[in-house]
Formats: sequence, C-alpha cells, structure tokens
Amino acid sequence: MQHAETTGIIVAAQGNLMTVQFDGIVRQNEVVFVASQGRKLKGEVIEISGNEAKVQVFEPTRGVKLGDKVEFDKDLLTVELGPGLLTEVFDGLQNPLEKIAAQAGYFLPIGLYLPPIDRENKWDFTPSAKAGDIVERAYFLGSVPEGKIDHKIMVPFTFVGKGTVVSVAEKGSYTVDNVIATIKDEEGKVHDVTMIQHWPAKFPLRFGQRKLPTEQLVTACRIIDGPFAVAKGGTFATPGPFGAGKTVLQHQISKYADIEVVIVVACGERAGEVVEILKEFPELDDPKGGKLMDRTSIICNTSSMPVAARESSVYVGVTLAEYYRQMGVDTLMLADSTSRWAQALREMSGRLEEIPGEEAFPAYLASRIAELYERAGVLELADGSQGSLTIGGAVSPAGGNFEEPVTLNTLSVVGCFLGLSRARSDARRFPAIDPLISWSKYSDRFYENGDDIIKWRIDQIKIAQKFITESDEIGKKMSVVGEEGISMIDMVTYLKGEFYDACFLQQNAFDTVDSATMMDRQNEQLTLVMNILNKKFSFADRDIARSYFLDLTDKFIQWHYTPHKTDLYNEKKSEIKNLIEGA
Amino acid sequence: MVKTYNRIELIKGSIAQVKAEGVALGELAMIKTRDGRTTLGEVISFNHDKVNLQVYAGTRGLSTGDQVRFLNKSMEVSYGESMLGRVFNGSGVPIDNGPELMEESVEIGGPSFNPVKRIIPKRFVKTNIPMIDMFNSLVISQKIPIFSIPGEPYNELLARIASQTDADIVILGGMGLKFDDYQFFLNYFSKTGAMEKTTMFVHLASDPTVECILVPDMALAAAEKFAIKDKNVLVLLTDMTAFSDSLKEISISMEMVPSNRGYPGSLYSDLASRYEKAVDIDGSGSITIIAVTTMPGDDVTHPVPDNTGYITEGQFYLHNGVIDPFGSLSRLKQQVMGKVTREDHGDLANSMIRLYADAKKARDRESMGFRLSGWDQKLLTFADMFEDKMMSLDVNMDIDDQLNLGWEILAASFSPNEVGLKQQYVNQYGKWKTDNNG
Repeated sequence: MQHAETTGIIVAAQGNLMTVQFDGIVRQNEVVFVASQGRKLKGEVIEISGNEAKVQVFEPTRGVKLGDKVEFDKDLLTVELGPGLLTEVFDGLQNPLEKIAAQAGYFLPIGLYLPPIDRENKWDFTPSAKAGDIVERAYFLGSVPEGKIDHKIMVPFTFVGKGTVVSVAEKGSYTVDNVIATIKDEEGKVHDVTMIQHWPAKFPLRFGQRKLPTEQLVTACRIIDGPFAVAKGGTFATPGPFGAGKTVLQHQISKYADIEVVIVVACGERAGEVVEILKEFPELDDPKGGKLMDRTSIICNTSSMPVAARESSVYVGVTLAEYYRQMGVDTLMLADSTSRWAQALREMSGRLEEIPGEEAFPAYLASRIAELYERAGVLELADGSQGSLTIGGAVSPAGGNFEEPVTLNTLSVVGCFLGLSRARSDARRFPAIDPLISWSKYSDRFYENGDDIIKWRIDQIKIAQKFITESDEIGKKMSVVGEEGISMIDMVTYLKGEFYDACFLQQNAFDTVDSATMMDRQNEQLTLVMNILNKKFSFADRDIARSYFLDLTDKFIQWHYTPHKTDLYNEKKSEIKNLIEGA
Repeated sequence: MVKTYNRIELIKGSIAQVKAEGVALGELAMIKTRDGRTTLGEVISFNHDKVNLQVYAGTRGLSTGDQVRFLNKSMEVSYGESMLGRVFNGSGVPIDNGPELMEESVEIGGPSFNPVKRIIPKRFVKTNIPMIDMFNSLVISQKIPIFSIPGEPYNELLARIASQTDADIVILGGMGLKFDDYQFFLNYFSKTGAMEKTTMFVHLASDPTVECILVPDMALAAAEKFAIKDKNVLVLLTDMTAFSDSLKEISISMEMVPSNRGYPGSLYSDLASRYEKAVDIDGSGSITIIAVTTMPGDDVTHPVPDNTGYITEGQFYLHNGVIDPFGSLSRLKQQVMGKVTREDHGDLANSMIRLYADAKKARDRESMGFRLSGWDQKLLTFADMFEDKMMSLDVNMDIDDQLNLGWEILAASFSPNEVGLKQQYVNQYGKWKTDNNG
C-alpha cells in the first residue's frame, strides 16, 4: 500500500468519535494518531465519506481541539508477534502494562505506547531451514525455547508467493530485532527476517488446512469433561447472571485445562479479578512443569479502561492465540466477558448514529460474534503437524435472562453451551452449570474417533444424565404431592439423580484436590457412580433410603478430597465399595 | 487570550451552543446571564466552529444574549485538608456558607489505575455492625452496593457506617437527595462528631440534573488524592439509581439511542468507571466504596441493580430494616475472615447462618400449624435472639465482642454438639457452662 503522506485535521468531535478532514488516501480501519496537547492519541478509521473520515480514538479525548493535526499510519491495527508474549500482561492495544507502570507509576497515562515485545532480551535460536530451501509464508525457519513452548520463527505471514532461503543465522543467542534469515522472493528481492512480525488484529491468522476438531480438551472439571465436553479447536460459551461463578469457572479452566498456551482476555470486567490471576499464576505450578504463568498471556482491558480499546482487546487476544496455533501448539483463548465487548460495539454504533437492532445492539452483532468464534479451529500445517485454537467466551446477560441478543447469537455459533444458573448457585451447587439446559455438540464426534475407554465413558454419561432429567421431574412432582405421594421406585431414582449431581457434577473449586480432577481419576469415580446408579436397591422405608444416600454422598465427597492414589484414597474408596455391596 | 462570546446560537435540553474556535473537548466555560448569575458549562462536542456546552445548572432562563467565556481548563475539584467538615454542591461550590477553597485543585474523571499496580486486598474494614463485620466482612478497596427500596433506612445505615468506621476520611456523595435526608446526614455527623473527617458533595433532588452526574466524579477525584497521600478513604454514594436516571435523562435529551428501559448503552461503563476507582494502593492509602442502589419495583433485574451487580464485589440487601443474611454477599470476605479476624470467625458465621436458615423453616412450620419438635423449639429460641441481638442495625460493637455474642447466643439455644462447630473452637471460645459441656 504505497501512497504519499496523508494528513488531516480534526473538524468535529464528540466523546471519542472524531471527524477528520483529510488530504490524500485513507484506508478503512487505518490507524491514526491525533496530536493533542503534545500527546499523540491512537485511533482507528471507522467510516470514510468524501474527504472526511470518522475516527474512534482509543484514549480519553479531553483536550482535543478543532484543527488538531491527525497523522495516518498506513497500517491497520496490528498485533506484534514474536517470542516473549507469554507471561506478559497487555492492555487492549497490546501495550505492556508492567513496563507502562515502571515508566508512569500508578495510573495509566494517556498517549504512552510502548513496544509489546522486549527488545533487549536474548533468545537461543536453533535453525531448522537452510540456504536454498524453498519456503512460503508461515514455514518454519528455526525456533527458540519460550517456557515449555518450542517457539517457531516463521517466514513472515505477509510474504507473498514462494521464496528461496538465502541465509539462516547460526545456532546462537539473538535479540528479536536481529536478522535471523534472508529470503529471496519471486521477483528476486531479498527480505530480512527477524523474530518479530506484525499481523492486523481483525483478520484471521490462518495458514494451513482446517480440520474438524475430534480430540477432547480435558478441563479437569467433571461436569464439562463428562456430559458437556469441549473439543480442542472447538468453541464454548458460559452465560450466567452475576454471582453464578462465571469468573471462578474461567479461572479454573485457565488453570487446569490440558493445553499448552492460554490467552486470558479480561475484557471490561473487574480489575480485581485480573489481579488474582496476576498474583496467583506466577506462584502456581503447571502440572506439566514450570509455573502456570509461563504458559499464559493476559490481555487486560478492565471496565474502567477505554471502551474503544475493549473492542480491540478481544481481537488482540485471538490473534496471539492464532499465532501460537501456527506453530503447531494447542492454544486456548478465554474471553471474560464477550457481553462487554458487544457493549463496546453498541456504544460506537450509537455514536455513529447507525440504525439500532434489538436492545440497541448494531445489526452486525451476529456476524461479528460468528466471525470471532470462527477463528477457533484445528489447523494442519505445511509440515503435517497440527495446532488448535479453542475459544471460550463468558457472556453476562442482562438480568440473567438468556433471551437477549448476545447470548442468543453466541449460542447459534458455538459448539458447547455451559449455561450457569442462579438457582444452582443459590443452592450452592457449584460449578453452577445447569445440566438441564447445557449441551455439547462434540460428544458424537469423540465417540466416532475415540478408543474403547472414550466410548465406554460417553455411554455411561448418557445413562447417568437420564437420572438427572428423571430426578428433576420426580422432584417437581414431590414438591406438589409430598414425599408420600410418590412410589418407592421413584424415590430411589430421585435419590440416585441427586447423588450423581452431588458426587460427579458438583465439584469444589476451593479444595486443592477436588478443584482439578484428571481423566483417570474421573473414570474411577464414574465407575463407582455407575455401580450405584445401576444397582437395584430395596429399602424398608423412605427415611432409610434417604439416610443411606446421604451417607454415601458424604463418603464420596470425603473421597474427592483425598489426594490421588494415596493410602487414604484407597481406604475411602473401599469404604464406599463396602457401602454399595452392603446395601 | 480570553475571548468572550456574546451570542448563544442554540438552547436545548441542558445544551447551549456558541460559535467559537480553539476550544477543547472537556473545557469549562463560564456563562454570565443578563441578570448577573454565573454558571459553568462543559464542552461536550464541537462541529467546526459550533461548540456544544453542557450547562451544569441547566439552561432554564438562559438567553441568546448571555456572555460565554472559556476558561482553558477542565472541571476540577478543590482538594485539601480544609475541605473536611465542608459541604459542596455538584459544581463544587460550597453550600454551607463557608468560604471558597483556595487550595490545590484536581481534575475530575482522571486516568484509571494500572491493573498491574493493584494488590490483592486483605485489610479489614471495621463498621461495628454485626451483619456486616461478622457475616459479610468488608475489605479495604471493596466496592459494594446496598440494594434496597425507597422507604428503607439505607441512608441511616450509611450514616451509621460513616460514624462507626475506622476510616481516616469519609466522603459522602449525595445524588437526588431530599432536603430532609441532607439535613439528616448533617445533623447525624455533627452529633456523632464524624463531621470533622467528612466532606460532602450534595446534589439535592431539586438541583439541576447535570450536577447529579458530577457528584461521584467529584467525590472520587478528591478521594483519590487523599488515598495517594496515605489516607484510608471511605466513599459513600447515595443513590446511584438517581445518578443513572440523570444519565438517562441527559442521554435521551441528546437524542442518543437508548438500550434498555431508556438507559444509555454506556450505563455499564459509566457505572464501572466510577466504582473501579476503589483501590488499595501498595504502601499507601485506599478507597473503599459503599453505595446505595434503590431498586425500582424491588426488581433486581432492573438495569441499574443488574449492571451494578456485575461491577461490584457483592451486595447487601436491606429489607424490612435489616440486612438480609441470605442474599447479601461480600465477595472479598474470605480475604479477612479468620485471617485478620479471630480464627473461629468464618466457621462461627457460617454455622449461625445455617442454623438461622433452618430456623426460618421451623418458623414456617409453626405458622402452618404443624407440631414443633424439641429441635424446632431450640431453633426458634435461637432465631429470636439472633434477630434481637445481632440483626438490628442499632448494634454497635467491636468484632471480637460480636463473635463472643455469637457464642453466647449459641450457648443459650443449643448444646455444644448441636452447632456443628469444631471441638477445638467450642472448647476455646464456647460460652457453655463447663458442667453442661459435651
């Protein structure tokens, strides 16, 4: 995109929406800088008409004057990619917040932009390509170790056509700005390649063949891994009213999911919640070694930070995740909350005076949500390896009512719906994922592609879930006719359903052992649960039945709290077995 | 170069338009009316040389020939020790017949706190009210609303918290206050001596709408300044529903597309940018926010309480003159319960709430005419004592006394093995007579 310098001046302003009169060529979504009071405020072109462009500014705009100069950057809003993204905390425009704090102190300064990736740090580069290799964009040239990730250095994503590697740096230590390879393009021009590259945040970064997700993403959360399983490369949404435990659930998943890279996007939520991640993750061990923070990158645009940058924060996060997928890594992006992101779209749409859709959300809300979740997926790369990107979005529906535009549009595009309910959280049944309304579309695919254990598991879960629906119906009946009004058989079914709920679906996120249950332990638990669900009991009366199941539940929960495969664990397990056989 | 403009081109809602150049967004303007009044306005938008001013005192009585002078600064609030004990309106003008403040001034609506500089809150806020300290402990830097309905004594509760707390400074932001409520606060603070450490920003129900929106910004800008200087500040905001209604009124008069029940689409962000000012600054002071949100129609899904619930760290429900022990929740209480306070705190509180829930069921059985078991009788005794001695908002006692009182109530109602508490705590803190023990 070669064109002469474009300049402009502010002719109108309201809130963070500016009208700029320009002279030259302007791209839609081009980045601009508004010079105001000696500072440069970053913004983005969102509408062009004649020689006037509408610009949304990402910063507070107090002090902007008529006639202030505007510079056009020629580039779209890009994300900087390279080694050093993990363990970092960025704002919605990918400014490194730790470095900003080191320079500016307690408060977020206006108009201070720092390079996201550290320029001084040295990385141990090992080449994999050699001179003479024919390459295309996204081909691997070599790699550097970043935490446990073998961070691939790739042919720039913006490289066009086939190229010939002219030179590759020797094994050694380099900064991200050092040239580590040169590549000749089809026209004979030689390009320098460093470890850093840039990609426009709002375009999907995807080079390779898309594949159907067939492998389960183990989250260590029983109710998800059981009835509402998520696929690696799939999508899921967790809508729920306030206080239902959305954020706790998201934190649990980000801690324990069996995945290599986690990108957490804290989008328009409380700053205090990010602080918990910031202070906890560097201390917590990753089950695979190292600390949790080593595999995590946080994009943090909390509720009091500029609304316009809240919109971009989600795109920055997903681009980072796509970048790691491009190396053949399994990545997970969690966005809390996509409702706040949608509200940012709504605010801007309102200022542009667009015709509003339902609840004043813009008419393009549905397509924006679909575009975002479609960036998830499994990708087969040029060298035959696979990477995946799983996207999980929290949704905060107004009044906890799922019949609202963001929830409805999200549900129509995701593969798994984990609906949190107030009733369950009030009854202290956590995680408050409601087993009666949630669903997952992935189980059938896992069944087709799975081994015997997976097939067994899915079959068992199906049987167990029937108890939940039946138990719910019997429970409703009981509340009308009383315990005496139902048959003994129904009473036992009801108790079995409650037992399965309490001992398998519910999980204590605050107990160090129970908070994360790995697959082999889950299968052991499921085996015992099924023994009970399948057993034909005969009780003398209802009170005996009730106290039997209460005792069983208590023992089961005590078992959950014992560390895996210890003596105490085996002891508790045999206590339960005896109790089952003795009945 | 201060230029005066003598012609207002357009007057509509709270907006006045003048033709001017070189004016910045957010800049203040002084409007001098022909009858000698002066009022402030703020530049909220411009289109070429047409500058729109939002007039703080409203446009009633403004004429096209009034003088407008731009002040080359944005809205500020005076700040300093001398503001303690004083009362200001939503424009920051003293309304207590005292002198104007001539000290340092701070811009309102300043930048937000860098999240990486935040720390995990862990300092206990004493209010000496058992339903707060004991069952839903407040933590410094917490932001929490009192959900209530008109007619409930929420302002009395705020006033009580203000005068009983150990905060260094209390800043009260009153929005849409009735004159009676305003006088109540003044009298209460003077009577209890809390006025010495209190500053009030008050928007009365009859004051111009725009000033209502300024109140939290003023209060929080001043609070932030104190917090940086090592003071623990408690900010009380009443009533955030009046604040939201003012936002609604203004946004609709500016022809912005409403989202839900007429409120602007930015309501969540508008509330969050205020509540998120709550902070515990590492090695310095802090801001804690307790707000009142009246729920129209007692409906928690109404946009104002609903958005608030997503922003704040818990909520207190004030119903029938008491803080409801079931719906109320302090999300940060785990940070201090049993850690900063006595070790038995958490278990004791949980156990009492569980028993109280059982007692409620027993009371239902009683009212339905069922025969009560011995256990039910015990529960009823417990519930009566609990309500009488702990739930009343008039109780004023230290947390350790509250815990002891809790044990006394348990001892008077149950035997030690019935309360479900660890034997170690029963032995150490229990109030049972030894011969009755076990």
